[in-house]
Amino acid sequence: MIKLENIDKVYRTARVETLALHNINLDVPSGEFVSVMGPSGCGKSTLLNLIGLLDRPTAGTLAIDGQNVETSERKLARVRNEKLGFVFQTFHLVPDLKVIDNVEIPLLYRKMSGAQRRKLAAAALDRVGLSSRMQHFPTQLSGGQQQRVAIARAIVGKPRILLADEPTGNLDSAMGDEIMDILHELNREEKTTIVMVTHDDRFARRTDRIVRLFDGRRVA
Amino acid sequence: MRNYLTLALKVLTRRKFFTFISLFGVSVTLLVLMVFTAIADNVFSPRAPESRFDRVLCAYAVGWYGDGGTSHSGWPSYAFLDKYVRTLPGAEKVAVFTTPEGTAIYKDGRRTDAILRTTDGEYWRILDFRFLEGRALTNADDTQGAYVAVITDKLREQLFGGKVKAEGQTISIDGRPFRVVGVVKRVPAMRLAGYADVWVPLRTLAPSGFETEMLNGHYQGIVLAKSRADFPRLRREFATRIAAIKPIDPRFTTVKSSLDTTFQFFARMFAPGNQYDPNRVLFTASFFSILALLFMALPALNLVIIGLSRILERSSEIGVRKAFGAPRGALIRQFVLENLVLTFLGALIGFVLSGIVLAILNGTVPIVNGGLDLNVRIFFYAMLIAAFFGVVSGLYPAWRMSRLHPVAALRGGVL
Ligand SMILES: Nc1ncnc2c1ncn2[C@@H]1O[C@H](COP(=O)(O)OP(=O)(O)OP(=O)(O)O)[C@@H](O)[C@H]1O
Ligand SMILES: [Mg+2]
Repeated sequence: MIKLENIDKVYRTARVETLALHNINLDVPSGEFVSVMGPSGCGKSTLLNLIGLLDRPTAGTLAIDGQNVETSERKLARVRNEKLGFVFQTFHLVPDLKVIDNVEIPLLYRKMSGAQRRKLAAAALDRVGLSSRMQHFPTQLSGGQQQRVAIARAIVGKPRILLADEPTGNLDSAMGDEIMDILHELNREEKTTIVMVTHDDRFARRTDRIVRLFDGRRVA
Repeated sequence: MRNYLTLALKVLTRRKFFTFISLFGVSVTLLVLMVFTAIADNVFSPRAPESRFDRVLCAYAVGWYGDGGTSHSGWPSYAFLDKYVRTLPGAEKVAVFTTPEGTAIYKDGRRTDAILRTTDGEYWRILDFRFLEGRALTNADDTQGAYVAVITDKLREQLFGGKVKAEGQTISIDGRPFRVVGVVKRVPAMRLAGYADVWVPLRTLAPSGFETEMLNGHYQGIVLAKSRADFPRLRREFATRIAAIKPIDPRFTTVKSSLDTTFQFFARMFAPGNQYDPNRVLFTASFFSILALLFMALPALNLVIIGLSRILERSSEIGVRKAFGAPRGALIRQFVLENLVLTFLGALIGFVLSGIVLAILNGTVPIVNGGLDLNVRIFFYAMLIAAFFGVVSGLYPAWRMSRLHPVAALRGGVL
């Protein structure tokens, strides 16, 4: 489902060059739940951004769903829209939009009717147990609820792959457990492939496999 | 679309201070533009008593041109209009009348100043005055030199006070007694052919020069065509006639005159240089368009700056939309649309305010005679201006937003 070969990522700023990732090889089969661990600054987010097609590797090849992705910005946006879902550490909900409108965002970039969008968004919210909060604004929800809205938004377009960068990083452990339960349920029931960055051993141990990075290199 | 609109309104209500500043700038700018648009519309579009002017051509000027740039131009004479305009084949009606001139009217020894025109009978068949009393002047009045007059309700008030009937009363104009035969609703000064306070037949008070051979005088001529489609033919015929005129004055080699719409006449008078340059209408139209654009530039810049300052505050949203596959075009459309919502709101406020300003102008500037108003056409122009303004000022910030790198945007918006 996800295949990385000899991936390098170099950040070039005016003075310094940072080798954020070096010679990364990774193969995630369909339906696997992988967690990525490592110390701060080792390149976890960089790796996830590359898989999420939000950034491009400096060298190496990356394939999503058997397709090499080295295309135009436009086509990358298409692939992100159809095949990928994102969950962020800081939720990134749009504060000016109601919960239901936040969840609809990925569908805005697909051809479908407003009613159809609404139906899918309501179903996604139902999936994370927040049907009753559709008309609320994000700030009226707890952190755990906000992250559940973010998950609903990530899965509303039924992507094959879910990418989560420290989804529990801003939550207390009870809320974190709640989020992990939802992710496992999605992985089990929808066969969604999940790559999750986490600092929490407890959560990482529950996943199928742990990928460890150190200083931009894969160590396990 | 609904999602974008609710978001746009939401963003506006959340950022009250920015919204207030932007709306203020937009509505004041559009207010001024709308007042000018309304005045222009009131001057140049056919309105009573010039309702038929969509098919009227005006002969308001005759010019003389000589070698070395000498020129001279002015209102036409009676003789000129009588000979070259009144006899134009294919015209439905032609009227000849004097330019508006100040005169003193005496009633019971009391003096009232008023604007006077002398007209033929056709004048009253081309213009559609609203009669409150009596009748119009006729061709018979003119040929007989009958001492009869039509006055406005405003002059009636000044002369007789209150709502007294004026028809049949006698007033003294230029020391001669005239019987009032009709009263019409007052006319705004913007009507170049219709404006006056009192009208009498040409032959009663024709100013000196009535019978001369000179080409310049103090007359205006209007030609009512059967339809606008006849304009080119009438103009061609007129041009042929003018080209055949031999100037009497040796300093000049050619005589120029043309049949114009009201706007074309205005454009001809407006700019310096050769009034008969064929590009003058274009020149005047571009001049005012550029003036309007310059006037919009500052508030537009203000909107651009506010738009740019919002990029940082919305970078998370931009990052999310990009991550979930928003193409650049969709983002640009979204942010331009938001800007349009703002400018349309501003335009609505500006439109209401301009209605108030026009009402004040109507009440305080006597010469306007209550002739300034708003209509659907002006509203349409206003919305057009607002749309243009909104797109122009929204495009650059929107383009910048759409260019953000998704990772940078999610991290907190590095431009
Ligand atoms: N845009 C950038 N420009 C320059 N250097 C960058 C950029 N983004 C990341 N880096 C560098 O690349 C390295 C890896 O960063 P990354 O964000 O992937 O680490 P991380 O493992 O996610 O860390 P954390 O656990 O703190 O989130 C770091 O040294 C970081 O400073
Ligand atoms: Mg990170």
